Parts: sequence; structure tokens; C-alpha cells
Amino acid sequence: MTVVVGYVPRPEGRAALDRSVEEALQRGIRLVVVNSSRGDALVDSGFATEAEIEELRGQLESAGVEFEIRRPVRGREASDEVVDAAKDVDASLIVIGMRRRTPVGKLILGSDAQRILLDAECPVLAVKAG
Amino acid sequence: MEALGDLINGFATALTPVNLLYAFLGVLLGTAIGVLPGIGPAMAVALLLPLTFGLDATAAFIMFAGIFYGGAYGGSTTSILLNTPGESSSVVTAIEGNKMAKRGRGAQALATAAIGSFIAGIIGTLLLVFLAPTVVDIALQLGAADYFALMVLAFVAVTSVLGASRIRGFISLVLGLTIGLVGIDLSTGQQRLTFGVPQLADGISVIVVAMGLFAVGEALWIAAHLRRRPAEIIPVGPARMNKQDWSRSWKPWLRGTGIGFPFGVIPAGGAEIPTFLSYVTEKKLTKYPGEFGHGAIEGVAGPEATNNASTAGGLVPLLTLGLPTTATAAVMLAAFQQYGIVPGPLLFENEPELVWGLIASLFIGNVILLVLNLPLAPVWAKLLRIPRPLLYAGILFFASLGAFAVGGSPVDLLVLLIVGLLGMMMRRYGLPIVPAIIGVILGPRAEVEMRRALQISGGDISGLVNTPLSIAIYTIIALVLLWPLVNRFVIRRFRTPAREVPVGHTHALVELAEEIAEEPVEPEPSRAASTTDRPDSTERLP
Repeated sequence: MTVVVGYVPRPEGRAALDRSVEEALQRGIRLVVVNSSRGDALVDSGFATEAEIEELRGQLESAGVEFEIRRPVRGREASDEVVDAAKDVDASLIVIGMRRRTPVGKLILGSDAQRILLDAECPVLAVKAG
Repeated sequence: MEALGDLINGFATALTPVNLLYAFLGVLLGTAIGVLPGIGPAMAVALLLPLTFGLDATAAFIMFAGIFYGGAYGGSTTSILLNTPGESSSVVTAIEGNKMAKRGRGAQALATAAIGSFIAGIIGTLLLVFLAPTVVDIALQLGAADYFALMVLAFVAVTSVLGASRIRGFISLVLGLTIGLVGIDLSTGQQRLTFGVPQLADGISVIVVAMGLFAVGEALWIAAHLRRRPAEIIPVGPARMNKQDWSRSWKPWLRGTGIGFPFGVIPAGGAEIPTFLSYVTEKKLTKYPGEFGHGAIEGVAGPEATNNASTAGGLVPLLTLGLPTTATAAVMLAAFQQYGIVPGPLLFENEPELVWGLIASLFIGNVILLVLNLPLAPVWAKLLRIPRPLLYAGILFFASLGAFAVGGSPVDLLVLLIVGLLGMMMRRYGLPIVPAIIGVILGPRAEVEMRRALQISGGDISGLVNTPLSIAIYTIIALVLLWPLVNRFVIRRFRTPAREVPVGHTHALVELAEEIAEEPVEPEPSRAASTTDRPDSTERLP
């Protein structure tokens, strides 16, 4: 039994992370943080830097939660990585962050959140930033 | 001061709205491809070669020159912010530039690179203006034998001075020369290497070869190595410098220009060696030796000025003798051939409007580049977020379109693919691309000159060495070729080498430069770790 959170170094990712820590502590179970990249661009702003991961580690340690950080780079979408990680660890909850988007923006960009909602086999908690 | 009058006429050509627009397009495109690692100005000019079918020559060359300079500017941005050089000429910049950015001085590093490039570009272009007519006067006296000797020198220099090993350089050169041989021999009418395929009788178009080697080869190579952990980019604001940065930068800029220009003029191939020399010079002369290895501004200012000055220098042999010293210059030479213009001494007499318009546009291009780069560096860095599949799909599309446009025949597409596969295998086995492209483009011309010289002498081989210049050049070639042996067997016996400088090995140069940068003023063990995290991508830069 674990909580899986999809993390990006942006406000919505941090909101999701904070909420997932709360959930994991409340349920007394482990937290798996997934921060992935397709790895096909030279720079990916969604992929946290080493410094950010270190900071994250410190934050999780001080919160006193048992955790694991996964950072797969193998050409797959973030949604696939989160859903697979959830299946892999038999998650009881997935936490994701969402940002505000106009209907048109959503139509064009597609949505990792939507894919996770459709594909996940456990409850999904969506958190909005701020 | 005849050159000045010609230059003013050149400005009249370059300042027309249409030509200004092409200059602007060129530098915009040049900077963009300079920023992106793996895509260089040579590839960009190769992809744009089909434009020569429709565009007027002056406009096309003004655009190509913009790409030529823009590439040298853009490479520094990636070096500084990402520690992954956008161009091989910016490899050295990454050493100090990235450390400056890590210390929060990225804006200053970008500024000294852009302003240094501007100053070096302007001085280099001025030197070109005054040097070119003199070289033309000399070049007019040269005969076929001299030209052939010069081309052989270019072949030897580009293979032995550049790249990881001479053997690989020569293999690449022979591949290029062989591709250049395909088609009907112009003097005897015999078919060579056509394998009975009628479409090959006209030879393989240089456009197709250039696009195959640079665009398709690189795209296939990237496709085979697509997944990579994203690099950490250092966020930075618009470029700016304070008073101290200025006072520490202006001398390296001028010294870099002094080092870079002569290296651009001689056919020693590219800006790697002069940028390295500039780095070592700055390291020796600096008043702040403790900062080298931690982000010294001199280590960015010098090499960046050097690579732009050598770009300007490279135009001297290209325009006056028709001798390319870099891959980009070689592809530009191919563009001249598309228009049926033979670069060389007669170019200045027959096409003054084109040449001086081109040179004037270099001044304009430099100004545009400075204006574009100082405030916009953070915007350029955003280009690095483009997923490579999209980028290379576009490149492949334009390459195929261009290859088909050459003759409207599917055979050209097939040749494009085959040459592209060859280009990928060359990257796979570490063969440098530059000797191949210079072989393809310069080879047929060298053959013409050689035959002309031999026809004059009635087939006597002495016809190739009957002028003082050709004898002098062959002596230099012999020295270049024999130097490693002399070095190994004679010099080493007489003295123990203090520090071996492996000329011609860019990688070794970089390692050496880092070693020098690391050389402690006060020993500090924690620093050793910081150099090991360089991304491995520099090794496949063409």
C-alpha cells in the first residue's frame, strides 16, 4: 500500500506533493514520487534538477514520511510513468497536480491528468495549485 | 583606398530593404541553429542550397553569410547555460562560461561573448576588406600548378590538423574525393563510378551530398541516440556587464581577434585550435589566476572573440582563392558553383556587386546579431526545449524536398539516403565530416587544375612543381605530414616533453584546457569532482 505522486518542479507539482505527504502520513504508508522526462529534448523544465531533488529529499525526510523517488527517462509520457509506477507498487492512491487551463488550451495540448484518470486502477486525487 | 570605395558601393547593395531582410533572416536562422547542438551552420546552408535555384545570387549569399556569423554567435549561449557546446568552435567557451553561469554570472558571460563576437566580427571584416584585394593581386599571378598545390595543402591541413586521428581524416577525405569522381570525365568523356546508372552520369549533386552528410546523417545518428537525461539549464536574464567586466574583457577580445583571424585565413580547418590557444593565452596573462577554473570572464571573452575572428578570416581564402577552410565555407563554395560563379581572384572583377554587397552585409549582420543577442539570450535558450523528433522530422523533410528539387528524380532521393547512411556510419566510427565535404566540393576542381597543369607541361610531372610557390607549398605539406614522425623520433630524444600539446585532437585539447583550468593556484580537492560531470555530447559534434 503506497501513495504515488506525479511531481513537476512547478506550483501545481508542489501542491500535489504537499497533499500526498499529508495523505501518506495520515494513512501511515509509503510515498513514491515520480518525476519523469521523455528525454527527447535537451532541456525539459518538468524534469527536476539535482539540486531540486536534494531539496525535495530534505523536505520529505523532515516530514518524517517513508519515501522513494523515481526518475525514469525512457521516452514515455509522464502519465504512463505515473500509472505504471502505481501498478508496480500496488498504490492505494495517486495524487496529481493540475493547473488552470482554458477549454481551448486543453483541446490543443491534451492532458496528462486526463490520461491518468482514465488509466489508473486506484482512486486519483487531483490538487490545484494555490 | 580603392577598397573603401568598393565597400561603400557594397553598402549601397546591402542596404536595400530586400537584402536587409535576407541578412536579418540569415542571422536569425544562424543564431537559432548555433544554439542547437548538433545542428550547425554547415547543415543550415546545405538545407538552404535549393534556394539558389530561385533566389538572386546577392540575396542568397547575404543570407548565407548571416548564417555563417550567426552560428558562431549562437554556439556560446548553449556552452554557457548548458555546458553543452552548440558548435565545435564554442567547446572552449563552456569551460569558464558554464562555471560563470553556475556562480550566477551567466548574464555577464553572455554579454562578454556577444560583445566580444561583435568586436571581433567587425575588426575581422575590416581586415577582410583590406586583405582581400592584396590576396587577389597575388592570386592573379598564380597558375594551375599553384592552385593544385594550394588545394592539396587544404586537403592535407583539414585532415591532419582536425579531428581525432590523421588516418580517420584521410579515410574521410578519400570517401569525399571518391564521391566527387562519380560522373562523366570532362576531358575524355569516360564514365567513372556510375555503375551503368544513367542518372549518375552527370555526377552526384553537391547539394545532395551536403544534405546527406550533414542533415540526414545527423538525423539518423540522433534517432539512434534519442533518449538522454535532460541537461540542467541555468536560468539567466538579459545579458549585461558592469565596469569591471568591461575592463577585464577588452584586452582578451582584441587578443582573441589577433589569434583567430590568421588561423581562419590559413587552411587549418576551423576555430578549435585558435580558441584553445586564446584560452591558454588568457589563462597565462590574467591578473586573476585564482578565478580560472571557477568562471573567469577572460576565458569566455578571448575564445568567443577568436571564433568570430576566425570565421571572418575564413572568408579571405574562400572569396579570393575559392579555397574553403571550414565545412560551412565548403558548402558556401558549393552555392557559388550552383550559380556558375567561380570564387577566386576573378570574382572581385566579375561580380563586384555580389562580393562587396556580401562583405558590407557582414558589418550589418554583426550589428543585427549584437542587437538580437544582448536582450534575447534567454529566449534563444528556450529553443532547447524543442523535442528532437519534431526538429529532425523537419530537417529530414526539407532535406528530401531539396534533394528532389535538384533534378526532380527519385534517384537523387535514393542517393540522399545512401549518403545519409554513410554520414551516420562516419559519425558512428568517429570519422570527421569536414574532410569528406571538402573532398567532394574541392576534389573535382583540384582535378581540373592538375590536368591543366599537366596539359601545359605535356604530361610531364614536373609541370606540377615548376613554380616557386608550388615548391614552397609542397615543402609545407611534407613538413605537416612528417611532423609526428620528427616529433616522435628526433625531438623527444633531445628533451623531455614538458607538456605535450596533441594538436588536432579537439577532445584532447578540451581535456588539456580543463587540466590547465584546474591547475591549482591554491590546491583544493573538492574541485576535481566538478569537471567530471561534463555531458558526453561534445564528442559527436561534427
